[in-house]
Amino acid sequence: MSVNTEPTGPEVPVVAGPAGEAQAPAPPAEVGVVRPAPGGGSVASVMQTRRRWEFIYFAVRNKKLMIGLGVEAVFVFIAIFGPAIAPYASSKTFGPGLHPSLNHPFGTTYPFGQDVFSQWLGGVRDSYLVGVLGAVSAGVIGLAVGFAAGWRGGWLDELLQLLTNVVVCLPQLVLLIVITAYQTNRSALFEGVFIGVTGWPWVARAVRAQTFTLKARDFVDLARLSGRRATSIVLKDIAPNMASYIFLVFVLLFASSMLVAVNFDFLGLGPTGTMSIGDMMNLANQWSALQLHVWWWFLPPGAAMTLMVVALLITNVGLDEVFNPKLRQQ
Amino acid sequence: MRRYFFKKIVTYIVTFFVATTIDWAIPHLMPGNPVEIYLGRFNISSNTQYLALQKTISEAFGVNVPLWRQYLDFWNGVLHWNFGVSFYATAPVTHVIAQAVPYTLALLIPAIVLSYVLGNRIGAMAARRKVLDNVVLPIGYLFQAAPFAWLALALSYFLAVRLRWFPPSLGSDPGIGVGWNWAFIWSAIRHWFLPFLSVFLVSFGGWAIGMRNLVIYELETDYARYLRSLGASQRLVRRYAYRNAVLPQLSGLALALGVVVGGNIVTEVVFQYPGLGHLIFLAISDEDFFLLQGIFLFIIIGVLVANFIIDIAYVLIDPRTRLSMTGATA
Repeated sequence: MSVNTEPTGPEVPVVAGPAGEAQAPAPPAEVGVVRPAPGGGSVASVMQTRRRWEFIYFAVRNKKLMIGLGVEAVFVFIAIFGPAIAPYASSKTFGPGLHPSLNHPFGTTYPFGQDVFSQWLGGVRDSYLVGVLGAVSAGVIGLAVGFAAGWRGGWLDELLQLLTNVVVCLPQLVLLIVITAYQTNRSALFEGVFIGVTGWPWVARAVRAQTFTLKARDFVDLARLSGRRATSIVLKDIAPNMASYIFLVFVLLFASSMLVAVNFDFLGLGPTGTMSIGDMMNLANQWSALQLHVWWWFLPPGAAMTLMVVALLITNVGLDEVFNPKLRQQ
Repeated sequence: MRRYFFKKIVTYIVTFFVATTIDWAIPHLMPGNPVEIYLGRFNISSNTQYLALQKTISEAFGVNVPLWRQYLDFWNGVLHWNFGVSFYATAPVTHVIAQAVPYTLALLIPAIVLSYVLGNRIGAMAARRKVLDNVVLPIGYLFQAAPFAWLALALSYFLAVRLRWFPPSLGSDPGIGVGWNWAFIWSAIRHWFLPFLSVFLVSFGGWAIGMRNLVIYELETDYARYLRSLGASQRLVRRYAYRNAVLPQLSGLALALGVVVGGNIVTEVVFQYPGLGHLIFLAISDEDFFLLQGIFLFIIIGVLVANFIIDIAYVLIDPRTRLSMTGATA
């Protein structure tokens, strides 16, 4: 039996997200072990139910989590129904550069005269879409690489670590600029997946380190002795013990993917034919909204994006406190 | 120790190889021929003239030879520090880049170093201290969540357009020639401040929050509890917690480099600050592919050098890596 406990060398199990974007707190030293009960063993299932109730008990009492989720729920509502409840069609024009008023809560653009509020309602959806695509693709790649490297170890681990470190060194935005600058037709799918394909390394590192520690546990040895396949052990014995951490990772990936997408869109490299929050700020900047004091064109959309991301970060902290008893406020 | 640096250097060489290959391959894989695009700039009516010009330009661009030859030629150029001629400036790409680099470095180096140092200090101070935490946490999240473009637009609008404390754009006053005289230096500092502040604030938020979370974890560890039970002062316990928390933060710095470089590009675009980011923007809108290729490789080299500096810093602050250098096992 391999007794590979900790990765040696200065590459300590690091769980720092890309700072300046989002930073995942270190995982709890003692992962709460959830043993899948074969055949629904009674003791285990009682334990699981209790854990679930305990989780809900602490979740509803966690102010951060509730506020974060509440704000996020509002934005999810806008993302789903936004275009349907928008007061005006995005192509409809009014007086150029109208100040915010009851008719136009965020004013109108200058010199086009489009309703900023209606554009913004649609923009939330475009930003969310790219955020979800980016989070899912980065999460899936990061988990796959992390599990494979942590479980197999050896040369595969060395190879995957090399790949991870190479991707870390390639700056995302610059790479996307070089790739998209030659394209005239870009889709939201491309943008989201690209953000994922370049944004997974920190997930892989964290998952690899945790897989290493979990691999040395008795219940994993037992599973291995029973002759089950590696993928089955990873998915049924190792992954559930990181479930809370994986969930947190997705929340952070979602937030950081949206922020990366704003950068792309602001440079005019976003999906063609959509009007995301980054696109709005790009147009405002290009049409001198600053110099002409058309502040309502870029301040409210960006503030909304900031709020969306803050809510996700607060949700993340709240969830972390719920999952990890050590962090609950004394 | 030697193994550590060996692995790092292999990673950097592979990264450089991958980046150079991408840089060469993308324009070749994309539809649209750079020669045709270049010729599209001129109004050529006669067909024979067009074909003659096409032949000359193809030879000048070196695209009249087989692909493998073009790839080798590209490497030859890279190794000889020759990236071709920029259409936009009608000057060698290396000259154009050399003019922009000082501006970008003047933004990035102070922003990264100051935000890292101050963020770590203030984040560590805020951990488990109610009053300070209630100030640092919301402000930290707000900056961390703000899109670079939006913070830059907001700062520019309020502090430059509205209050006129700082100039809203460019790297120095157009009337003052670039040179080592006080008038220019003062003007450059005034133009530098707002873009610097934008990059600094976003990064600062990330570091402060990250450090706060890490110190909270460290304060809950067994060694910290043991120290406290021995009657050690709060100050001493915190100092140990800080030293341990700095390690993951330093690894986080390597991960964050790509994000900061990307954010810097967006910020330079907002302020029309004449660094590499603004140059990229011009290269995209001008379809100046040689310039784009050159900037891309230049940024990669910069990021790799920065990564190497962080590796060295890691060895300096982590006693375990130093111990293994002298042969002891830790």
